[in-house]
Amino acid sequence: MSLLGLHQPGHTRLHRTSTGWKLLALASASIVVVAVRGPGSSLAFLAVALLLVAWSGAGLAATLRTLRGLVVVAVLMAAYLAWQQDWARAVEAVADLATLVLLATVLTVTTPIDEMLETITRALQPLRPLGVRPESVALAFSLVIRALPTTLDLARETREAALARGLQHDPRARLTPLVIRVVAHARATGDALHARGVGD
Amino acid sequence: MTSLELDRVTVTARTVDGEMVVLQETTLTLTEQRVALIGANGSGKSTLARLLNGLVSPTTGQVRVGGLDVAREGKEVRRRVGFVFTDPAAQLVMPTAAEDVALSLRRTHPDKAERRRAALEVLAAFGLDGLGDRSVHTLSGGQRQLLALAGVLATAPDVLVADEPTTLLDLANSRRVGDLLLSLPQQLVLVTHDLDLAARCDRGVVMVDGEVAFDGTAAEAVGHYRAVA
Repeated sequence: MSLLGLHQPGHTRLHRTSTGWKLLALASASIVVVAVRGPGSSLAFLAVALLLVAWSGAGLAATLRTLRGLVVVAVLMAAYLAWQQDWARAVEAVADLATLVLLATVLTVTTPIDEMLETITRALQPLRPLGVRPESVALAFSLVIRALPTTLDLARETREAALARGLQHDPRARLTPLVIRVVAHARATGDALHARGVGD
Repeated sequence: MTSLELDRVTVTARTVDGEMVVLQETTLTLTEQRVALIGANGSGKSTLARLLNGLVSPTTGQVRVGGLDVAREGKEVRRRVGFVFTDPAAQLVMPTAAEDVALSLRRTHPDKAERRRAALEVLAAFGLDGLGDRSVHTLSGGQRQLLALAGVLATAPDVLVADEPTTLLDLANSRRVGDLLLSLPQQLVLVTHDLDLAARCDRGVVMVDGEVAFDGTAAEAVGHYRAVA
């Protein structure tokens, strides 16, 4: 089961903290994680993120299993950076990436999506005179979260289909159907939103 | 019953080879409680159904729902006409079951706590109690389709258009969803390949190559379709 985009009810301090503060903390922490350089600090941030995941009640092992897909990206990125720059930079980049994903997971696990939408909608109200529709931005945000497990499923199905045809090493056989299916799913979701009168 | 009218409606689509007629000129008035649209894949039945909710716009002609022009008063029409898709995975747009139903209730229940309570009541009414905080991603196919129905019917539309709602379901869930659809107080326009389900409707329309090939009682329509298919 994917933990991405899934709220898990609980009574920890993280669950009780207001959504606005959590969003602000996530935004601030993301800036700090990227801005502070060096592998030592990045590994320290990663350790803190892991502690927060454990504290949130999400279950460290389950979260790490969910994020297995990131390993491929992380390995490729690390190899490229180690080749182009050095190992210190590779460790820093991979640790930063994992930290950001884990922190975002802590937010979604401890916060009902409904609350997140309301907080975003409230925060964006001052931008309404500039043409921003806060409800639409908030809905887009939730759609992204909802789309994560679906996209991972589509990727798995596409990979299995390529494997069944002996095309597992052909990037076209894996990427082209995936892109087409993700776009088709996005269009179908758009139709569904339209049919439900969302945005009217 | 709400009068669903297609007045000399055509629908064309652009393809690489030029224009293709998806729906030939069609004039139809549907006033029965339960109407079945049947026909082969690509026969135009889904296009006809989508016209009723404004998901497809007519190339020529006019579509009216309860006297409202779908092209000009789409917002009001969509409040009256709910739509259920074949694949609920695309229709369920929020992460959890309760949140998805709550999305439909945002207009009628501005208070968050009240909205959640109402959403949980709707879930219970559809036999989905206890699943409010479950990710929609982890629900079974039957549960997803029931949730999609719950989300649409939560707003109490006058008309429900269902586009092959049982196609992806196993036999038990197909029967469950089919029975539920036919027991609804709402007017129902049902696009289906399930001829047993279609035969239980009040009226049947058979579509062939983008036009109405037969229009009569559902039993007659099913008989006609079996003969020509």
